[in-house]
Amino acid sequence: MAEQVSVFVDNRPGRLNAITGVLRDRGIDIRAMTIADHRDYGVAKLLVSDPRLAHRALAEQGFAAALKPVLAIAIEDRPGGLHELLEILAERSINVLDAYGFVVVPGQWAVWCMEVDDPAEAARLLAAHGLHVLADSELYQLF
Amino acid sequence: MSVPVWNPAVEFMEREALERLQLASLRQTVAWALKTPFYRRRLAEVGLTHPEDLGSLRDVRNLPHTTKDDLREAYPDGLLAVELEQAVRLHTSSGTTGMPTVIYHTRRDIDHWTELVARCIVATGATAGDVFQNMTNYGMFTGGLGLHYGAERVGMLVIPASSGNTGRQIQLMRNFQTTVVHATPSYLLHLHSALAGEGVTVDRLKLRKAFIGAEPHSEETRRKIEALFGIRAYNSYGLSEMNGPGVAFECVYQTGLHLWEDAYILEIIDPQTLQPQPEGATGEIVMTTLQRQATPLLRYRTRDLSHLVSGNCPCGRTHRRLARIKGRSDDMLIVNGVNVFPSQIEDVLMKIPEVGTNYLIQLEKRGSLDRLVVKTEIYAKLFTGDPRTLDDLRERIGEALRSAILVKPAVELHEPGSLPVSEGKAKRVVDLRPAF
Repeated sequence: MAEQVSVFVDNRPGRLNAITGVLRDRGIDIRAMTIADHRDYGVAKLLVSDPRLAHRALAEQGFAAALKPVLAIAIEDRPGGLHELLEILAERSINVLDAYGFVVVPGQWAVWCMEVDDPAEAARLLAAHGLHVLADSELYQLF
Repeated sequence: MSVPVWNPAVEFMEREALERLQLASLRQTVAWALKTPFYRRRLAEVGLTHPEDLGSLRDVRNLPHTTKDDLREAYPDGLLAVELEQAVRLHTSSGTTGMPTVIYHTRRDIDHWTELVARCIVATGATAGDVFQNMTNYGMFTGGLGLHYGAERVGMLVIPASSGNTGRQIQLMRNFQTTVVHATPSYLLHLHSALAGEGVTVDRLKLRKAFIGAEPHSEETRRKIEALFGIRAYNSYGLSEMNGPGVAFECVYQTGLHLWEDAYILEIIDPQTLQPQPEGATGEIVMTTLQRQATPLLRYRTRDLSHLVSGNCPCGRTHRRLARIKGRSDDMLIVNGVNVFPSQIEDVLMKIPEVGTNYLIQLEKRGSLDRLVVKTEIYAKLFTGDPRTLDDLRERIGEALRSAILVKPAVELHEPGSLPVSEGKAKRVVDLRPAF
């Protein structure tokens, strides 16, 4: 299963570029990034070319960072592509905690990343429905 | 104009007679104090074993000081000078590292305290005909019960509204035509701004007077409260170690706070040298109780800074006057009338593993009220990446602080290394409130 890097970040100017600066210095590519606002702080989630290296580099620079498993699922880039995936989850009452997505080849395919309570169970379920859950290596080859 | 007075015999007593009374009461107080393990030891250290060793009032200066730390050390009964059966009430205050302080009262002590508060109330011109809404906290905080008892003794109709719930306060003021209130100055300013929201204009109220205390404030703030409500506001001074409210109060002339010298010996000292300050110079207020049997306190260092007002008050009272409190000689913070020590906040934070070692206490004004912001750093190694656990942590810190300091702070989480480093005398308190 793929991993994403979560970083705690103060909600003030000059902090996000401190994170991206660390990644640039290590030659790490960012494929997707989200940030959730929690008033005084935010949590940035990054899908990067080398999550372990990114995690280590950020921790060395004093950031509170964590590696977390994330479900990355290949879906078709067409109307209804994401809906089909979410229908499967809804049927089994699987709750999505946080999610984001990005297009890999426009009109062909995209990647949907999500956090759920039981990622292993969700991965089995989606695979059983013919969806492709991306392994670490596959995901990073996108870069 | 005739001066309203509750107890003319005492309030207008000639200085000479007053000082004779003080000496007799001081000897009585020392006799009570000698019943406590704490003072037996302390007084033996200065060679005092008998009350008659005190030859004159000036000899009070030979007595040892008592500090808040002493009260903590003596907790819970090291300063109790009567049998527990004789005590009818106690008030405790929260303290650092779970070490509170306690003051006991006998029935007679409560009676004396009530008498002092009645004098204060009547000195402002309030009477039995007034409707008194007490907007300060009841319970351990002495402001609630102290004023309540005094107001009942005067014969006012008392509404024990307690603090907060502004909508209800306004409703009570309207329904019962409240004429006198007791609150912190910042709460009264807040109350005024809330009137519009309730669709009430000041002229629909019957308010005539306010007793304001529990937090330092400027003359400008007092005049502002008076102008906003069209009332007179009287400054009140007290502290739980000296019973609570009723220690010193302004009379109708508002020229400083008469301190009841039959109940307290007042000294103003230099907090560094501990020597008496010259008359009129600012220093720390030190007080000795003269009427409290259950917990007598000798030369208690209040940490409040003030000076004596010179000259006589037109009211004719002989009891000297304190100027309004200027600040503190320690680091105690006053947040909406509640006393908070930074060390209490530190103690709570350091018990939470997810919190780093650096923190910052920030005080702000939001509208008329104080806002306490506690900024903490998260501990990087315990970061899970899950924002929900962070929100839970923020909530947990806020709740732990609220139960320790009785003020609900706004808690902020920050990146490791973003706050001042905890070494030496790092400045951990930032007070952004306008100077009073």
